[in-house]
Amino acid sequence: MATARDEILGRIRTSLGRTGATGTPGGLPPVRLHIPEVPLEPRIQRFRAALEKLNGKVFRANSRDDARAYVESLLNGRPAVTSNAPFLNECGIGTIANVRAGGADREALRGMCATLDAGISSADYALSDTGSLVMIASHDEARLVSLLPPLHIALVPLDRLLTGLDELYTLLPVPSDRSSSMVFITGPSRTADIEQILVRGVHGPGEIHVVLV
Amino acid sequence: MNPIPVEAIQKAVGDSRLQAAIYSSTGRLMEKRAHSIEPEEIDDFQGLRTQANALKKHAIDNLDYYLEQLEQNVIARGGKVIWCRDADEAVQFVLNLSKEKGVKRIVKSKSMTTEEIDLNEHLEHEKIDVVETDLGEYILQLAHEKPYHIVAPALHKTRYDVADLFTETLHVAREEEPEKQTQIARRVLREKFLTAELGITGANFLIADSGAIVLVENEGNARLSSSAPRIQIAMAGIEKVIPRAQDLATFLKVLGRSATGQPLTVYTSFLSGPRRSGEIDGPEEFYLVLLDNGRTRLLADENKRQSLYCIRCGACLNHCPVYRKIGGHNYPWVYSGPIGAIISPQFHGVTKDPWLPFASSLCGACAEVCPVKIDIPKVLLELRADITLAKRREGAGKWERFAFKVFSYVMQRPKLYEMGSAMAAAVFPGSQGKWVRSLPGLLQGPPIKGWLSKRDLPPPAERSFRALWRERQRSKGAA
Repeated sequence: MATARDEILGRIRTSLGRTGATGTPGGLPPVRLHIPEVPLEPRIQRFRAALEKLNGKVFRANSRDDARAYVESLLNGRPAVTSNAPFLNECGIGTIANVRAGGADREALRGMCATLDAGISSADYALSDTGSLVMIASHDEARLVSLLPPLHIALVPLDRLLTGLDELYTLLPVPSDRSSSMVFITGPSRTADIEQILVRGVHGPGEIHVVLV
Repeated sequence: MNPIPVEAIQKAVGDSRLQAAIYSSTGRLMEKRAHSIEPEEIDDFQGLRTQANALKKHAIDNLDYYLEQLEQNVIARGGKVIWCRDADEAVQFVLNLSKEKGVKRIVKSKSMTTEEIDLNEHLEHEKIDVVETDLGEYILQLAHEKPYHIVAPALHKTRYDVADLFTETLHVAREEEPEKQTQIARRVLREKFLTAELGITGANFLIADSGAIVLVENEGNARLSSSAPRIQIAMAGIEKVIPRAQDLATFLKVLGRSATGQPLTVYTSFLSGPRRSGEIDGPEEFYLVLLDNGRTRLLADENKRQSLYCIRCGACLNHCPVYRKIGGHNYPWVYSGPIGAIISPQFHGVTKDPWLPFASSLCGACAEVCPVKIDIPKVLLELRADITLAKRREGAGKWERFAFKVFSYVMQRPKLYEMGSAMAAAVFPGSQGKWVRSLPGLLQGPPIKGWLSKRDLPPPAERSFRALWRERQRSKGAA
């Protein structure tokens, strides 16, 4: 008896009027990627405008100390968990009171993310067009830090601010070569499932702050 | 052959609260879409649609190649691929895996494909606790209803309906504010996420060159379903495959805008296989279920094949004057609106619900807004032809064909036509638009009965256009 796989592929070929497997098909439309030239300042402004429109907050830090001070005042003593991103240590985030390192133990990290008030991460890239963060899962960045706590704070060095999707996919043509998970985060978690009324903070963080350093 | 559900439709049309809910929700979605595609918001939206259409056409025309490439790449990244011919095979796979792995609780994120195979009912039957985690889907699960809309599943529910439902089923204090209601759902579902062994998601796209699935959402429930439990199953129709990750730069730009007017939804996840060594969290096991369930049948017709391009944005529903009147539950299957009207008959055979492709004014709004440019009105017309042919094989429609033969005979003979209309004018002067209905019973037989139930021809003019024209020519000649 033919396996489901062979039968489905067989049905497809019959429907398409073919007898067997073919080689690489011709006629694949060329990739449509266009990267605009946008200087840094307007790129930052665009990022800010896009994210603020979604009720996200953007803070531009002039130095790493500046970034640390902003995060400290934002947390105001509330407990938080950090990812293992080296950039957070470079900014001294781990020295803020009640901020705990997420570490590499899955269960321990999950427990912290499920109970603490804030998750602090960096981001691999940010997209200016849409106000998005690009999070690539790795030893440095766990998936749950930016997902379970009600407040997400991301510290991003300015040189990771790209124009948009087209630039990202030019840099990373096959993202799965790098990680099992790449996620774009564009503003706080939201829903409009009841009467099309906007509510923030459904399953993910209801509040998001991006610190551009 | 199921008849058109006249009573249910009349009930929906007569329900003013429901009508207001549908109109305001779809109306808001239309406005948001229109705003998001203006030239100052996005460069060359029409060019993106053209590219999306070309990519989908190419992928569907070479579906076997891209599915095999996808499979290879999923396996290379540690995932498993399960091919399922029909709903039964897909359900059996999930049941067997759940049994084998000792799964007691499953969290699900919104997936039309799992709706298609009634997965929840089967899991519940086996005493597995399966929970929908998208807020709208959760509401519907509690109410035991099917999605009303592809993108906004609980579009027909008001906050008061939700208040009743939550108090009854969750035994919580009554809350009528959507914000408070959302917090209730967050609390209940958070515990489910953290204790479920298995997460089931759909997939908006399957990426052949990456062995990846893409999930597009706003709430975070798809991220949680694919990150928190130990095992992940992604279930998708075989038509979801696109060639390259780079093509997402096109598809993501049209999908969010067409669906909800968002340049990008809040979360877009690009997932391939289980977590890798060094990564801290994510599933230990990853299964991709590729479902046929009628899709290959649809593929055989070269013109109608484009129905498989659909990326489930729901724009055609929002813009459809029929959907906006009759609502989502009067369509025979989980896919409603114009896209439902073209895919349901092709999945199930045209004679199952023969009225469906006729329930359209062919206004063309659906084709105009479709982000992948499916020519829905054209497919509807082809389906109508298929249905008529199928009925003819069963011997139906004899009177209709006879009536049209008479009509065509008369219309090709001007003298005969003129005689007929002069007679009609003489017999029915001033009949105030109900003259055909006042004809003797014999002439109101099956071919025109249905047509007459809601309308009539305008009364015949006392003097025909032809007569007036001849007079005019004569008086010109005289002058």
